[in-house]
Amino acid sequence: MDGGVKLIRIGAEAYLYLIDFFGIKAILKKRIPKDYRHPEFDIKLRRRRTINEARMLYYSRKAGVPTPLVLDVDVDETYLIIEYIDGIVLRDLINQGVNSKLLENIFVHVGELIGRLHSSGIVHGDLTTSNMILQNNNTLYFIDFGLAEKSSELEDQGVDLHLMLRSLESTHPEIAYKAFNCVLKGYAKVMGKEHTLKVKNKVKEIRMRGRYVEERRKRT
Amino acid sequence: MSSNIIVLGIESTAHTFGCGIVDEKGNILADVRGEYTPVKGGIHPREASQYFTSIAHTIIRKALSEAKVTMKNIDAIAVALGPGLGPCLRTGATIARALASYFNKPLIPVNHAVAHIEIGKLLTGAKDPLVIYVSGGNTLITAYAKGRYRIFGETLDLALGNTLDVFAREAGIAPPYIIEGYHVVDYYANKGKNILDLPYIVKGQDVSFSGLLTAALRLLREGYPLEDVCLSFRENAYNMVVEVAERGLAHTGKKEILLVGGVAASPILRSKVETMAKYYNVKVYLTPPKYSLDNGVMIAWTGLLAYKHGVTIPIDESYVKQRWRIDEVDIPWMEE
Ligand SMILES: Nc1ncnc2c1ncn2[C@@H]1O[C@H](COP(=O)(O)OP(=O)(O)O)[C@@H](O)[C@H]1O
Ligand SMILES: [Mg+2]
Repeated sequence: MDGGVKLIRIGAEAYLYLIDFFGIKAILKKRIPKDYRHPEFDIKLRRRRTINEARMLYYSRKAGVPTPLVLDVDVDETYLIIEYIDGIVLRDLINQGVNSKLLENIFVHVGELIGRLHSSGIVHGDLTTSNMILQNNNTLYFIDFGLAEKSSELEDQGVDLHLMLRSLESTHPEIAYKAFNCVLKGYAKVMGKEHTLKVKNKVKEIRMRGRYVEERRKRT
Repeated sequence: MSSNIIVLGIESTAHTFGCGIVDEKGNILADVRGEYTPVKGGIHPREASQYFTSIAHTIIRKALSEAKVTMKNIDAIAVALGPGLGPCLRTGATIARALASYFNKPLIPVNHAVAHIEIGKLLTGAKDPLVIYVSGGNTLITAYAKGRYRIFGETLDLALGNTLDVFAREAGIAPPYIIEGYHVVDYYANKGKNILDLPYIVKGQDVSFSGLLTAALRLLREGYPLEDVCLSFRENAYNMVVEVAERGLAHTGKKEILLVGGVAASPILRSKVETMAKYYNVKVYLTPPKYSLDNGVMIAWTGLLAYKHGVTIPIDESYVKQRWRIDEVDIPWMEE
């Protein structure tokens, strides 16, 4: 690694640096310690997430979902180096305002990509418009796989889409439902109508959970 | 409307029946509460609601005399229509409807979660905070954006307070749940030494506690020391909440945090939140413990804010909503 190192973002769990990795423009994502956690707990969690993110980026790419190439991983130092994606984060794109046809196309495609992940037994775990980058040549990338998991459970797929919907509601309330319907449309293209309906009902059920569910839990 | 608006509020979403009276300036004129305490185990909604029916009359009367007002001085009746337990909600709603129609007062629907936030803001001076709402029945990270409180995190199954209580009960260390100002779990955790492996489940902005609860109880059965299990259990549970709060903070860029709900009283959780907040230069506010618990004052105050913005509900449409989500409520009194 040589050339300049530039801090480009301070996230909730990581610092992101723009670096030059042997001539490739790359991002170094370093998970930082949190002093509100017990130290032993903290380091274990950061290591687990780092290795997990590297693995899941790789699996997702194999599943046909564009993700940055993983260039290097240092589990002890809790960082990974990934290819830099030159483009615009979906959240910013929406906030700039895009015409409704383009918006529709993008979210249908988001749904397809989620479908590809799910059909390969992967859930992303943090589906937000901040974790999607539209590259200049129009390829849509998914990033931020620290919370991703190997799972084909309906529950986990439902949670994945619930997270997508909820983040749309909180970040883009004016287009949330329209966008989510497009996501479901794209998802159905890959997963089929029947399964999509099942997941949709799961999302509904998950949203209804909340207050006073404790009586479900019987004494063991 | 009179020159100084006075609102009477009724709370009965779970274990507390409360009647509060406030005025426009934010003065608390009356705060009377009756609490239902189950003989054993968790709350029994039907028993609670029967108890509420039996005490409602006395509580409302006491509130009026504490405030030194009669029904004539009251401008409107506010009631918590949800979220909460059906039978409990219905008791409060029935009484509020009766008062409103008999005395011919406007009825104002109040969301219980919104009320927790508004009373916290009134009493602490927080203006536009990221809210960490942790109680027996709720675990919610929320903040105002574009006309409503938007959800930036919540539990996918059990609430934090409930998780702690069920663990304590099944571990045989409660009731009582509070020892020397600490939840019993915190109390034993403070004597723990080793961190044991337990599930830490954060999904996006959400948390899940049920797997943690089951696993922690299993460790106890396998003979691990109570203190170590408590320490590991609460490290996981609290850290999960603080982590999603931190994500909410990074996402919204808010400059204040407001802690509300019963679990906000935990000194351990509070100090974790403060440690996290310091890093972002964010000020942490804590609702005074007395008003972190369910009460009628918060319903009255939120009702008053809503009333001033023309929010009322016809009596025949005032259904209770057990699952009334906070992001379904318009908040006209917050300015962008
Ligand atoms: N490979 C990448 N190429 C370009 N920008 C990136 C890349 N990875 C992350 N970013 C930018 O950094 C932000 C945060 O990265 P992310 O991996 O999502 O970390 P966090 O856990 O902080 O959300 C993204 O929203 C995006 O703006
Ligand atoms: Mg991200």
